[in-house]
Amino acid sequence: MLDNIYLLIQAPLLNVQILLDGLFVGSIFALAAYGLALVWGVMNVKNLAQGDFVIMGGYTAWLLSTWGIHPIFGLPIAMVLMFGFGWVVYVVIIRRVIDKDMFTSLLATFGLALVIQQLLNLAFGPEVQVAESHFAINSFFDGLVTVANIKFISLLLAAGLAAMVVGFMKFSRMGQAIRATAQDARAAKVMGIDTDRIYAFTFSLNAAICGAAGALISMIWVIQPFFGIGHSIRSFVVVTAAGLGNLPGVIIAGLSLGGAELYSGFVFGAELQQFSVVALLVIVLAVRQVQQRRHRQAVK
Amino acid sequence: MTVSTMFLRGLTFGVAAAGLIAVAPAQAKVEGNTIVLGSAISFTGKYSTNGIHAKNGYNLGVKRINEMGGVKVGGKAYKLKIIYYDDESTPLRTAQLAERLIKQDGVKYFLGPYSSATTKALAPITEKYKIPMVEAEGASRSLFNKGYKYIFAVLSTSEQYLASSIALAAEIAKKNGKDPSSVKVAMAFENDPFSLDVRAGVLDDMKKFGMKAVIDDKLPRDLSDMAATLTKVKALRPDLLVISGHSKGAATAARQIAEMKIKVPMIAMTHCEAAKIVQKFGASTNDYLCPTQWAETLSYKGAAFGTAGEYDKLFKKTFKGYKNVPYQSAQATAAVLVWKDAFERANSFDTEKVRVALTKTNMKTFYGNIKFSKGGNNIAKPMVLRQIQNGEFNVVAPSEWASHKVNWPRK
Amino acid sequence: MSIAQQKILLYAVILVLGIGGPLIFPNYTFQISVLWVMILFALTWDILGGQMGYNSLGNIFFFGVGMYTCALVQVGLYTDVSVYTSATGGANLRLTPEEYFIGLGLGAFAGAIVASIFAVIFGWVVFGLRGPYFAIGTLGFTLAAGELVGAWEWVGGGGGIALPVYPGPPDERSLLFNFLCFILAVIAFLTVKWMYAGQFGLAANAIRDDEEKAEAMGIHTLRYKTVGWTIAAFFLGISGAIFGNMVGFIEPLEVAFPTVTFGIFMVVMCLLGGKGTLWGPVVGAALFHIFKEVTWTYMLGWQWVALGALIIILVVFFQQGVMGWLQEKWPSRFGITVDENVVAKKSSEAAQ
Repeated sequence: MLDNIYLLIQAPLLNVQILLDGLFVGSIFALAAYGLALVWGVMNVKNLAQGDFVIMGGYTAWLLSTWGIHPIFGLPIAMVLMFGFGWVVYVVIIRRVIDKDMFTSLLATFGLALVIQQLLNLAFGPEVQVAESHFAINSFFDGLVTVANIKFISLLLAAGLAAMVVGFMKFSRMGQAIRATAQDARAAKVMGIDTDRIYAFTFSLNAAICGAAGALISMIWVIQPFFGIGHSIRSFVVVTAAGLGNLPGVIIAGLSLGGAELYSGFVFGAELQQFSVVALLVIVLAVRQVQQRRHRQAVK
Repeated sequence: MTVSTMFLRGLTFGVAAAGLIAVAPAQAKVEGNTIVLGSAISFTGKYSTNGIHAKNGYNLGVKRINEMGGVKVGGKAYKLKIIYYDDESTPLRTAQLAERLIKQDGVKYFLGPYSSATTKALAPITEKYKIPMVEAEGASRSLFNKGYKYIFAVLSTSEQYLASSIALAAEIAKKNGKDPSSVKVAMAFENDPFSLDVRAGVLDDMKKFGMKAVIDDKLPRDLSDMAATLTKVKALRPDLLVISGHSKGAATAARQIAEMKIKVPMIAMTHCEAAKIVQKFGASTNDYLCPTQWAETLSYKGAAFGTAGEYDKLFKKTFKGYKNVPYQSAQATAAVLVWKDAFERANSFDTEKVRVALTKTNMKTFYGNIKFSKGGNNIAKPMVLRQIQNGEFNVVAPSEWASHKVNWPRK
Repeated sequence: MSIAQQKILLYAVILVLGIGGPLIFPNYTFQISVLWVMILFALTWDILGGQMGYNSLGNIFFFGVGMYTCALVQVGLYTDVSVYTSATGGANLRLTPEEYFIGLGLGAFAGAIVASIFAVIFGWVVFGLRGPYFAIGTLGFTLAAGELVGAWEWVGGGGGIALPVYPGPPDERSLLFNFLCFILAVIAFLTVKWMYAGQFGLAANAIRDDEEKAEAMGIHTLRYKTVGWTIAAFFLGISGAIFGNMVGFIEPLEVAFPTVTFGIFMVVMCLLGGKGTLWGPVVGAALFHIFKEVTWTYMLGWQWVALGALIIILVVFFQQGVMGWLQEKWPSRFGITVDENVVAKKSSEAAQ
């Protein structure tokens, strides 16, 4: 462990590589987490199938790439398909659990996650898949730092998508209606907003965002039917740390999670890389609880 | 507390009991003219890629033997049949399924599961019930030093997987006028029983040459990123990078080694064929060293399948989507051949007689020679090291089997 | 028959089934043992989840702690742990019956104690969390624990530990473990029943209904929550110790801390049977176990899809569970008095 830290000090360029890798993947974590924050904040649904939505998007992009469609063009297709899928899931499942207690949505979406990952496994097999972009890979500093072009592009795409979603929420009628529903569903209803449609749209929008995140993941990382749970947990870590309705917080938390994961993998060894994600979650919760305890309140 | 609630409770337990009985009717070990083999293997979960490779191998073996007239015992020809259960890649299910196979399905002859972890969970049970098991996919040495009498493995044990790559690195260092002890090795092994045993073997071999491990990372189960480990590789510039993590590990590593332009003169990893890395990542995988239990180019030959090359052709014809036949499938087929051979020599279905026959196995197959040590592992067959050269797997070590020269350093 | 007689008859039937089951159906001993473990899972989960409204996704943590503690005691008493667990194969441990049972007994005891201690420590950390944060927090530390044990080389890391072999014939072994599981489940049931009948049950339900008000009334909520969790951990610790020996080979992520299998199953079983009732977890566990075994046999490859679908259907359409449904259907038979006026008023309100 100490010699790894020593290595970082000796070859500071390594920090550039780690930070860049963390940034690239963190931006995708942030994207998926933003979707979670949306459904959590607007409709109080904790979607444990978030990561499986991501993986579904990834498989869509991968499948299209095997048919000769470049994954970057697969991304919008994945978004559209996932939007439709999200609508179906809302109508079949989420609508019925939305007004039940909060644990219900957690369990229902866990069941959904099981179904999705197993069906993906049955359809595509358990092999690790990659949607190849065939873009060039750049080397800097005598090969000590390498960045694939696709990673830059995915970062730009993630940022662009996030900006579009934020713009949509701010300026469109639908976005305003969603925000109104989030603030007070009853009042929104009184004002003539069809909250059921709003919820359906919000959930589908989240699925579409996940689809995009998945397409990006399939290009810069690898996908596999059972990797969903890891992405779900990452989304929960980010949202828990940032809090709901805090977009800058989600972005910062997402990017720092990406960085933290890679740094801990480097310093403590890869065996503790996943540990670091869940450990961060526990630490975040513990810290928030201590803060609340000062006001004699619980973390709700 | 009323009659109706009590009735319901009674009903629940009644249903429970009935359900358990209905789960599976007991069968005999030999039904009519069919010999029933049992296997709990991974169709889902982290080992399922290779679980399915192994299942294909078992099925091809059974199909071929049945086509050739089956197994002849006591002057009568019997067909083979396998009962499968899905162990979900977890030893947690293995123990339950073993009991189900033994007790409820009446299976007396086992084919092994995939992976050392599940085999480790199964071996004590088959041992206790005195059920012989011929296994093809559990390579950990700890299976063969426990004094088990009912386990027979057709494959070479895991410490041999990457041993020849260490020896090769030492050889090359010597040729270049360097001391083998100056070789720096980077290691990345999945945190599971098989890979950890491979790692232990590598460490032993490194000690022999006095080599130094500059990186020793254990990869997590749901591995989707190796960037942190590979960044270290970049900084420390080892002479040899060894990786073992079943199919998932091989695919992830191959992908990121290409993407991060890792320049190491020698890279060795397990499960290249099973992960189909050449199909997936093309030229970037050139000059990887891949240990294999079996290669279709080797000059092995046996009665059922002919030569290794003929098996290769038949397998590709039977199962679609294979560019290279993974050795996991070949050795699974070999395990079925071992059963046939043992039944015929024992000329009986008595498990004890069959077990004795198994201990005396000495056969030549397309998969290589098979002869078991006292512990139960196959000692008649070497591991070979192949290198991916222009998309082809060519044997480069050990020298008595080598068909091509090793490319060094890798570009 | 009077109610008391019926009760006696019911318990007698269960007792006979519990003892007779594996003797009548010797081929199903393992499955019956797992059934008792499942019932214990559901019963102990319901202490917090059903009675107090604290839905933990991390109770399986105590199971793993018990399992590993027991294994380390069993091995550590007679040989060097790090040698035994090394990847190269390690030592070959053959124990006499006396040594084996001493190891198992001490190990199970140690497992229970260590799990209970962890429950007190972790309770202090997580009981300030509510609702989804509690669920996610408990899920988090269980996942973390699995990863951490996996990285701990002294206990074999991801290589796991093969437990000492039982010194006796295999059928005797499975019978023994079956009875241990059965007795443990019965003790857990009686303990839980006794707890719910007294002050603990009232306080627990008060916490579930409104924790702030309960606290305002002078109930030491943290104390009750900790006691409830510690009792659950105690039983889970022992069951982990027994289950580890039943499986024979343990490893951190799949066997000892199976968060997304057993950890979720306990919740689903309680939901199926009916949360917050005494018999609900028992009924739910039995039904769930049968469903699982049947799909695992007849829907090979699709079993997990079926399980996921079952969870969704349960949660979406059948929230109150079997016992809840029965109570709603025939409330008077559960000693619940229904004020027809209130019901009529409510339904007319709903109609409006």
